[in-house]
This record gives sequence, C-alpha cells and structure tokens, in this order.
Amino acid sequence: MADHHSSAGKSENPSPSGSSSSRGQARPPRRSRILVEFLGSMNLAITLLVALAIASVIGTVLVQNEPYTEYLIQFGPFWHEIFAGMGLYQVYSATWFLLVVAFLVVSTAVCVYRQAPGILKDLRRYNLQVKEKSLRSFPSSASGELDQSQEDFLAHTRRVLKAQGFRAREKTRDGETVVAAMKGRWNRLGYVLTHVGIVVICVGALVDGQFLLKVNEWMGNVEIETRSIPESQVPEISRVPVSNPSFRGSVEIPEGASANVVFLPVREGYLVQDLPFRVELKEFRIERFSTGAEQSYESDLVIHDPERDEPYETTISVNDPLIYNGYAIYQSSFADGGTRVEMEAVPLGPGALRGVDFPGRVFDEREIPTPDGRQLTLEFIDFSKVNTQRLLDEEGEEVNVFLGPRVDMRLVDETGAGLYYRNYQNPIPQEGAKYFLSGVRESPAQEFSYLFIPADADDSMDRFRTYLTMLHDPEVRMAVAERSARNSGDLMGGEGGQQAIARTVAMLMQTFAEGGYPAVDAAIEERIPEGQREQMGGLLFQVLNAGLQSLYMEVLEEEGVVAITEAEQRWLEDAVSAINAIHFYGSPYFFRLDDFEHREASGLQIAKAPGESTVYAGSLMLIIGIFLMFYVSYQRVWVMARPADNGTGTQVVMAGTSNRHRVEFEKRFAHLKRWIIEQKNVGDSDTTDSASSKNE
Amino acid sequence: MSVPHEALDFERPGLFQRILLRDWAYMALVLAVAVTAYAMYGHMMDRYDTGGLILAAGMSAWLGWFWRSWQLFSIIVAALSLFGVWLYGDDLARGESVFWLNYIGSGQAGVMWMSVMVYLSTVAYALGLFTRSDFPYRVGAAFAWIAAGAGLMALMVRWREIYLHDPSWGYIPVANLYEVFVLMVAMIALMYLYYEQRTGQRGMGAFVMLVVAASTTFLLWYMFDRDAHLVEPLVPALNSWWMKIHVPTNFVGYGGFAIAAMLGVAYLVRHRMERTRPDSRVLARIPGKDALDGVMYKSIAIGFAFFTIATVLGAMWAAEAWGGYWTWDPKETWSLILWLTYAAWLHMRFTKGWRGPVMAWWAVIGLFVTTFTFLGVNMFLSGLHSYGEL
Ligand code: HEM
Repeated sequence: MADHHSSAGKSENPSPSGSSSSRGQARPPRRSRILVEFLGSMNLAITLLVALAIASVIGTVLVQNEPYTEYLIQFGPFWHEIFAGMGLYQVYSATWFLLVVAFLVVSTAVCVYRQAPGILKDLRRYNLQVKEKSLRSFPSSASGELDQSQEDFLAHTRRVLKAQGFRAREKTRDGETVVAAMKGRWNRLGYVLTHVGIVVICVGALVDGQFLLKVNEWMGNVEIETRSIPESQVPEISRVPVSNPSFRGSVEIPEGASANVVFLPVREGYLVQDLPFRVELKEFRIERFSTGAEQSYESDLVIHDPERDEPYETTISVNDPLIYNGYAIYQSSFADGGTRVEMEAVPLGPGALRGVDFPGRVFDEREIPTPDGRQLTLEFIDFSKVNTQRLLDEEGEEVNVFLGPRVDMRLVDETGAGLYYRNYQNPIPQEGAKYFLSGVRESPAQEFSYLFIPADADDSMDRFRTYLTMLHDPEVRMAVAERSARNSGDLMGGEGGQQAIARTVAMLMQTFAEGGYPAVDAAIEERIPEGQREQMGGLLFQVLNAGLQSLYMEVLEEEGVVAITEAEQRWLEDAVSAINAIHFYGSPYFFRLDDFEHREASGLQIAKAPGESTVYAGSLMLIIGIFLMFYVSYQRVWVMARPADNGTGTQVVMAGTSNRHRVEFEKRFAHLKRWIIEQKNVGDSDTTDSASSKNE
Repeated sequence: MSVPHEALDFERPGLFQRILLRDWAYMALVLAVAVTAYAMYGHMMDRYDTGGLILAAGMSAWLGWFWRSWQLFSIIVAALSLFGVWLYGDDLARGESVFWLNYIGSGQAGVMWMSVMVYLSTVAYALGLFTRSDFPYRVGAAFAWIAAGAGLMALMVRWREIYLHDPSWGYIPVANLYEVFVLMVAMIALMYLYYEQRTGQRGMGAFVMLVVAASTTFLLWYMFDRDAHLVEPLVPALNSWWMKIHVPTNFVGYGGFAIAAMLGVAYLVRHRMERTRPDSRVLARIPGKDALDGVMYKSIAIGFAFFTIATVLGAMWAAEAWGGYWTWDPKETWSLILWLTYAAWLHMRFTKGWRGPVMAWWAVIGLFVTTFTFLGVNMFLSGLHSYGEL
C-alpha cells in the first residue's frame, strides 16, 4: 500500500514531475558511488539497527564483567571458550559491536550527506514547472471552472494560501499560471537535525569510550593487571598516564587516607589510572532514615593539586558531584575502611571462660592456634555498624529491628579451606528472648545458618560460658551427676545403684559436651542391644537432661538465683540446643566482638568525559529534530489557472501533498479546495469537521 | 454564486482570538493557584522546586488551552486532592478515622476506585462493540475519566501521606513500581481519551482499555501480594530532582507505545474479520483501518518523542548520580533497544512506505519490548535501577 505520501521521504523532492530524481542517472555508476549508495541505504540502516538491538539484548541477558571463573562454572569450558572468544562477556566493548556502531554512524552520516543537499535545495524550489497531468494524478487533487477572471482568481488564491500560512511562488507561461506553495519547511530541517544529532552523539560517545586505551592495548603498550596486589606494586605497563583523555574509574579511600589514582576495570582485570592531583578523604558520613536505611552519604574531600597554592576543600554527596578541572568526582558507594575490632576468642569447649583477646583490623588476617594444635588463620573481611531488619509484628505492622554492629570473617585452615562467619556484637531479640548470633556458611553464595547463643539476664554471654566450662569439667560433671543420682536414688535402689547411675549421667554429659546429641545417639547404639534400645534410650535421654538441668541449678546457685522462672527454663533449652549446634559450627572459637574503632571508606567514581557536552548537544539536536519531523507538517500545494476555453471564466486544477498525516491532509486539502475553487465557507458545508480548529 | 471574498472563513484567527474566555479564566486560575502556592510555601522551596512549580503551572495552562477537557478535569482533581490533604492535617491516622479519607480520598482508597473504574470502563467499551448504540461507549469514556482522575488524585494525596509518614522520607510518588503503575494507568487513560475526542473513534476504547485493565490487574496483585503500597524511604540515588521529570516523561512514552500496540491489535482483528466475517456487526463497530493506522502513528510519534526526551534526561541524571551518562546498565540498554524498535518502525513506514498488518504486528511486539523494559528488567536482570524489584 505504498502510496505517494509514504514514498515522499525516499525521493528528495515530493514533486510530481519527477524531475529531480532523474539527476545523474545517465552517468555510469562509479565505484565510490556504489559504496555511498550501499552505506546510505535504508536496508543497511535497518539491518544495523536490528543488529545493535540484538547485541544489546545479549549484553543484558548475559551478566557482563563477571570474573572469568564464574563464567567457566556457569557455561562449562567449551561454551566459555566460545563466548569469551566472541567477546560476549564485554559485548559493549567488543570489536564487532564497536564496528556495528561505527557502521551505523557512517551509514547515518552518509544518509544525511546524500539527502541534506537535496532537502535544502528542495526548501527553495517551488516546482513551478509541474504539468497538469501529474497534478491530476495526485491523490489529493481537484479541478473546476469558475466564471471569475484569472486575475481575480489568482488574487483570491494568493490570499487564501497566505492566510493559511503557505509561502507561494508563481509563474505564467502562455497564459497559464502556476502557483506553487509550501509550508512547514522546518519539518525537512527536522530530518537533518535528527540524523546529524545521532552522528554527533555517537562521535561524543566515541571520544568518551576507552578507545585510545583499546588501541594501546592492541599495540601492546598497555597490559591489564589481574592480580589483587597493592597499588604501589602494579607494574608500569598496567598504568595509564595522566594524559589519557577520557576514562571512568573508581577508588575507595579510607578516612584519613588519600589517593592519586583510580582503577579502571578492564575485562577480568584492571588498569591503574594516574591523576594529576591527590584526593584526601577527611570524613565520611551516612545520614539515615529512622528505619536505619541510608538516606544519603557524603564525603569531605580535600584536593591536593600541585598547580594550586592551597588545597581545595569540598563536600560531595550522592547526586551532587564535584567537577574539578574537567574531572568529575562522584560519591558512588561506601565500604569499610579498615575498622579496628577488639575481639575475644571464646573457646567453645573447655576453658570457655578463659577467652583470648584477639584484636584485628578489617582486611587483615591473624593466625590463631586451636586447642588441638592446628594452625588456623582468621581473615577479617568486613565490618558494618548499623544493620537493620524489617519484620512484620503480630498485628502485621512493620517494625525495624536494629541488629547492631557486626563483623564478617573467614576462618581458614592449613589447606586453605575455610568457612565464613558473621557475628553480631549485641544480643538480638527473638521471640521474647535475646541471643548472640553467629552466622556460618561455606561460600558467599549461600545463606548463613545461625548459631543462637542465649544471653543471660545481664545481656551477656557469661552464664553460657560458665555453663559450658562446667559441662566440660570432669569433676563438676561427677559432682553434679552424683547429686542428680541422689535425687532420683531411691527409685533405683541402694548405694551401688546410685553410683552406677551417677557414672552413667557423667558419662552421658561428657559425650554430649564433646559431640552433642549425635554422639549420644551413637553411644546408645553402640552400647545397648537392639531390643532394649527404644526403652533404655528414652530413659537415658531423660537421665542426661536431668543431669544438664542439675548442672544448670549449680550455675544458677552460683549466680544467686533461687526461684527459676519460665525465662530461665527457656534459657537452658536454648543453651542445650546451642551446645548441640556447636558441633556443626566448624570453629573451635566464638569470636566475640568486644569493641571497635570505626573507620569508613568512601567509594569514589572519578571520570573524565570530554565528549559529554557533545553528547548533550547531539541529544538536543535529536529532540528538536524529532519534534520538527513529527509536529510540523510539511505541505505543498499547486494551483494551476488558465482562461477557460469559452473565454470568460477560469479553468483551475489544484493538487497537494504532505509527507505525513495523510488523513488530516486530505481534510486540509478539502478545505483549501472549498475556499479556492468553490469559494464557500467551510463552516457552511454539510460535511463539517474540525480540521481547521484544533480546539474542537 | 459565491460569497464575497471578505466573508470567507479562511482567514486564520490569530492566537489571541483562538483563546476563548474560558481559556483565559482557566489560565488565570492556574496562575492564581501557582502564585498562592508560592506565597504560602515559597520560603521552603529551592530554585528547583520553584522551577518545578512554574513548569507544572505552565504545562497545565497550555494543556488546558490545547485540550479543553483538561480544564474541568484538572480543577476537579486538584480540588479533591487538596480536600484530601486538608482532611489529613498533620495526622496520618485520620486516614482511618475520617470517612472521606478512609473510603474515597486517601492514596490507597483512590487507587481502589481507579481500579474499579478501569474495569467498569473496559466492560462498557466491550459492550459497545456488540451494540448499535454509542451509549456504552459514552459510559466507558465517563468511567475512564473518573479512573484517571481517581488515579491522579491518589498520587497527589499519597505525596502528602509520604511526608506525614516521616517528613525526612518525603519524595514525589513516582519512585516505586506501585506508584508508577498508578501513573501509567492514569496516563494511558488520559492519552486515550484525548485521541478519542480528537478522532471521534470511540470503538478504539474496547481495545485500549484492555491494556489499562491488565496494568490495573498487575497493580492490584502487586499491592495485595507484596504490600507494595507501603511507604518506604528512598535509596539515596533516587533522591534527585531529575526523577521528577524523568519518570513522568518516560510514562508518556510507555503510554503512547501501549496505545499503539492495542490499536495494532484492533487493526489485526479488523483485518482478519474483513476477510472472514465481512458482514459482522462487530466489524462495523471497529474503527476503519486508516483511522486506526493514523492514531497508531500518532501515538507512536508522541511516545517516541517523549521516550527520547526521557532517555536523554535519564542519561543526564545518570551522569550526576553514577558518574557516567551511559554505562550499559540493563535498564539503559533496554531503553535503547526499545528506542531502536520504534526508530525502525518509523523508518519502515516513512522511507519504505510499509503499512498494514506488518506494522500493526510490529506495534504489538513493541508492547512486549516496552513491558520488558519497564518490568522485565527489574524482574530478571540486575542493575543499578534498584527500585521496584519484584
Ligand atoms: C540510529 C539511527 C537512526 C535513528 C534513531 C533515526 C530516526 C529517525 C526518525 C525518528 C525519523 C522520523 C520518522 C518519521 O518521519 O516519522 C527518521 C526518518 C528518516 N530517516 Fe532516520 N534514523 C536513523 C538512521 C537513519 C539512517 C542510517 C538513514 C539512511 C539510510 C535514515 C534515513 C531516514 C529517512 C530518509 C527518513 C525520512 C525523512 C523524511 O522524509 O521524513 N535514518 N529517522
């Protein structure tokens, strides 16, 4: 259904004579011309648009810039090789992708180059040499005979066209006058602006792309660094000099420290970009909402620039960067800057009361011997001061639970294997009681499983430590066991029986202390013949629990507690569960966070993007161009008049065209026809419509 | 035979003549409201807020002139919103104790009314397809007006509610999926009503309101299943002046694309029925292909124009918040994909002269791309656009 209007864009001139499209057709095509033809062709443009779209889809579906090991796990070695080879892990900087963009830019530029001169010429050419035949072949055309004189008719026509916003030219030859009129020429300029805008945007983006860097990498002048080593040890070949015109990198600066480089992430590694100044972080602050969520964060920076006499001090925050000499410095994130943590290593076995002071600093590691003589290393990974959790309470209202400071660690053994731990400093309320929480997991991809150590009435861990110590003490165990046996003694008959029971209780307690319930189960299985296991097993667990209860009595007595409340009874259940869980915990120590000296680091993003204003200028052209194309309608009208054959009147043919809005233009043309040929009011017509008044 | 030339109506009235008395009155009212607002709260506004006020007043005045129905509509919405805000006073708890707020005028109640009206409108338009009379269409349009009004009022009142929750949280309610869905429903409804008035093609409503109803259904699910309507403070990066213009601009874009897609559906239905059931009464109730095609182009054009602006604004915001105007974040990338989809559509139409079912299909597929850009990215891809995760 390709009608005249829709093909208007293709021929440079919506002229019915077809005169302009015959330009240069007689000449044999030269090779450069074929190339230009190809580059500027719509088919290529659409193919490129689609290719760009597909490449973009790939780039979002496949998470970009992950470590290569992750991809290897995800896709297996075969596909990993192929994907890596195609650059799918960094689609947007892959050579083929850049080529597609480059082709699109060239193609658009060629298209504009080919079309613009025609368009500009078109704006000045009114096409006065149209033939009547072609006017009659227009979809919007009309003709008639008036008894007006040609003169009067032309005068009238001029007035109508002018009032309707047309610019007109006319030409008379052999008594026949052609009035050619057009309006909405800005529409054609819109085409130029739109497409030039795209080219300008791409050029600006290219300037800001790490193009030079890529070239240097190809030439072997630059090599990416993949090891995580201190900045000072990065070799010269992985450093980018200050002269690099555009980059975007990030750096984390702890409070009180400074940096004169940023890190540019490149594929599986990074490069170090030198800066001509040094950025010092004086202080970092986080403002929080009442929920504990971050409201904003900001950094007090000092710029030490050798060019300046005095350091430059300023504060940046999210959405409020500093622009300094063409460098833009953004607040992008925050992290721990090496908080000092005072830890205590609490043995989760004998000697739980004799913890060892174990100070550390986030990002450091320390060795720690185990009770059984192995050598473990504790790595301090992270610290976080304010932690909250949003929960719904019984009535469905939201509540914020403040979890307090926490420290993340990893405990590694000689073989390099290790577990991750997350310990909270303060006891955390949970269903009416409070617990010291310690999460453990095998890898950062997993969820934490938590060890819940019940806090005592003073919100401390002391009671648990006392209980644990006593449980591991053979003498205490024996004494408690004897007391426990005496209490139930009469049932079992005689001194000898009591002794035997006491020994059993003590033995069970020891087994439980050393291996938890699984060990007790195993012991029962080993010692008691199958037939009696059910009955005896139940009895033994009762006996064990009685022993654990007696031990608790002992602890409470020492504390001076006389009446046992429900809360205290619950404490015992929790403590026994915790002791049982210790055997799944994987660490011989509980690392208790005692105190800390918080030090934060500010994550800065530093960029130099000289092409930015070019991109914005291109965007502005694009937007203006689009609006011109869409909302200024480009219309042409021709009116041809000659004296009628009978000599008194005037014979008229008129036609019109527009490159958009066919339906509207037809209405518009109908109006023109009514005014010009019929010379009647549109308002009188029976086919009223609203084309002339957009306000209904 | 002919009227004297002087009397012909081709002389275009000048701009000032084209503005009627009621337009002047409306503009004066808008100005008065803006000046009052500034006089009362100017001391609390920074230059961006002031700029925003001027922009909003100017846009409203212009819209009122350009589309007269906007005048009464905006007055009613503003009055209801102010009434709701006034009823709240300083106490969020009044939302439950004051009848009007509890059942009609609060953010939450407004959204419920909007949803009900959207469904009623959809049903009425659908009935209109099967009757001879235009009455169901008129009813459908009335419900659509009320739905849009309720949605906008709900957002306005919610704006106040957020501040009542906690003054330090305050933000304009276009920051999470729940809020933007309300915006989108109101936006599509309004844009549609505009085209309906301009073209007189009421039969488009049966198709367009379907997508509005689908959005509403998602909104309700999201609200009831995920408690999406609860107010949460903003993450720092969203706390920006840019958001206020970036998000609504974007939704003019999405709205235009959504309408175009549904007209594409109408086109395809009509195309099929013309061959299979040419005598069907329903067929006569579906607007003609040329009319559908014309409105489809117009809504894609406005969608494309606004989406371009929104993308550029987004880039400028990103430059300020993340330190780069283009970082190939999934949301950005999908915006580009969406943009290219419609750039190609426009080219096919204007340089290749394609029309007909292919372009209609393309517009329908475009809605899927739009939906993915809008929702899918948040659901399936990770990125910096951290708000509105499902
Ligand atoms: C990313 C690249 C491009 C974009 C976003 C773009 C955008 C546009 C837009 C929005 C229109 C207006 C459609 C309308 O008239 O409603 C248009 C028209 C047009 N474009 Fe492109 N364009 C691009 C590349 C190209 C290329 C490479 C060519 C050359 C082959 C081209 C040739 C044209 C032509 C001939 C028109 C019709 C102008 C007219 O007569 O109205 N465009 N373009």
